[in-house]
Amino acid sequence: MEFSVNHPIIFIMVGLIILTVLGQSVYFLVRALKRAKELGIKKEVINKTIGSSAVFTIAPAVSILVGVIALSKSLGIALPWLRLSIIGSITYETVAANNALTALGIPAGTQITDPDVFITVLWVMTVGIAAGLILVPFLTKKVQSGISKIGMKDKKWGEIFNNAMFLGMISAFLGYVFCDVTLVFKGDFSGLIPVFVMAVSAIAMAICGGLSTKFKIRWLTDYALPISLISGMASAIPLTNWLG
Amino acid sequence: MKKNNLTYLESVHRDGKIWGIALCLIIFAFPVAISIVFGAVPEWEALAKGMFATVPMYWAVGIVEIFTYIPMLGAGGTYLSFVTGNISNLKLPCAVDAMERAGVKANDEEGEIISTISIAVSSIVTTIIILIGVVLIGVIAPVINHPVLTPAFDMILPALFGGLAVVFIAKNPKLSIAPIILMLILFIFVPALNAGTVGIMVPVGVLFTVAVARIMYKRGML
Repeated sequence: MEFSVNHPIIFIMVGLIILTVLGQSVYFLVRALKRAKELGIKKEVINKTIGSSAVFTIAPAVSILVGVIALSKSLGIALPWLRLSIIGSITYETVAANNALTALGIPAGTQITDPDVFITVLWVMTVGIAAGLILVPFLTKKVQSGISKIGMKDKKWGEIFNNAMFLGMISAFLGYVFCDVTLVFKGDFSGLIPVFVMAVSAIAMAICGGLSTKFKIRWLTDYALPISLISGMASAIPLTNWLG
Repeated sequence: MKKNNLTYLESVHRDGKIWGIALCLIIFAFPVAISIVFGAVPEWEALAKGMFATVPMYWAVGIVEIFTYIPMLGAGGTYLSFVTGNISNLKLPCAVDAMERAGVKANDEEGEIISTISIAVSSIVTTIIILIGVVLIGVIAPVINHPVLTPAFDMILPALFGGLAVVFIAKNPKLSIAPIILMLILFIFVPALNAGTVGIMVPVGVLFTVAVARIMYKRGML
């Protein structure tokens, strides 16, 4: 069969894989909703979780779509559609594709026409990030039962442990926001953009928190994270014009 | 009640394992199918070079991520996230925020349920948005690739973690000081640390903060 990166057969295969992965999400969602009912978790809490998770996802999902479009220049649409709907992240998929294309001596942005090149890139992208995919089914139960023992032994420590994990993750990303600030000493102020964006987002979150407590606006608490995310992203536009 | 709890979690593990293995096989079958359909054979030398540039780093990060993310995501959330991807920039913040709003912890059953619902919804919405984007690529690409909007998408991580940081720092002010100082020093003064390597620093931040928390807890400072 004559190869093309946008061959209908590739789209059909990709569509089927994405559909199966979607089936997994729907299956676990239904199971969790049933269990929530059994445990008597309030319907209001469940609805808010669904609503705020859906709204929060929109902006990051659109940014993932930007990655699909960027990769589609060399890989066609079907493969980036698959890779970014499942498994990897934008940063990983771009790096893996570029590593393979560089090894093949193909400049980024050139559309692939040779099936041998396509399959080479595809194998690198598939195997490169497979650690989690292969190991998670076998390790999750062991790791999780170890962790839940911590919570059972000492409840207070279990809670602190939980918060410490989240703080550790957040602190790594806060550090990353500052990674280019020293460029200021070379007269380049672009390193301050992420710092200011983070500040705008943090202020938006604090305002949401303050307003919802003072005026008892409950929905503001539920949608505070998407609001702060969008505020920060929007502020990046004038900030980049100013400092970039 | 206890017996029921055990049953739900155990069934999540059982089903998660079955789904995980099945999806892993399907995902690996895709390149095999492409090879058969188009008679394609990898260019072995380039394949080896590409693998060498990608596999050691991402497998190392991947293995550390498994141990770091499982306690935060819960069982159902883990089985879903490691197949649907985009964990640190989407699934994890989404689940963390949902659990915080619902007032539940990742390591009890309510947390397990809220996290699973949040990540499942997020995965479904992501799939739908990307599907719409792919179908309407001709219409959408010029809009979201517009130079005016590019900075907004480039700054998604600072915009995401600024808001999340406020919630968790306000909740644990004393515990926040040490990890934030450590990460600021590392990221400002080590040139190799940047957007591409922040993933490696997440487990470092987590282990360090848990260690600091343990010391502070033992000394009655928390």
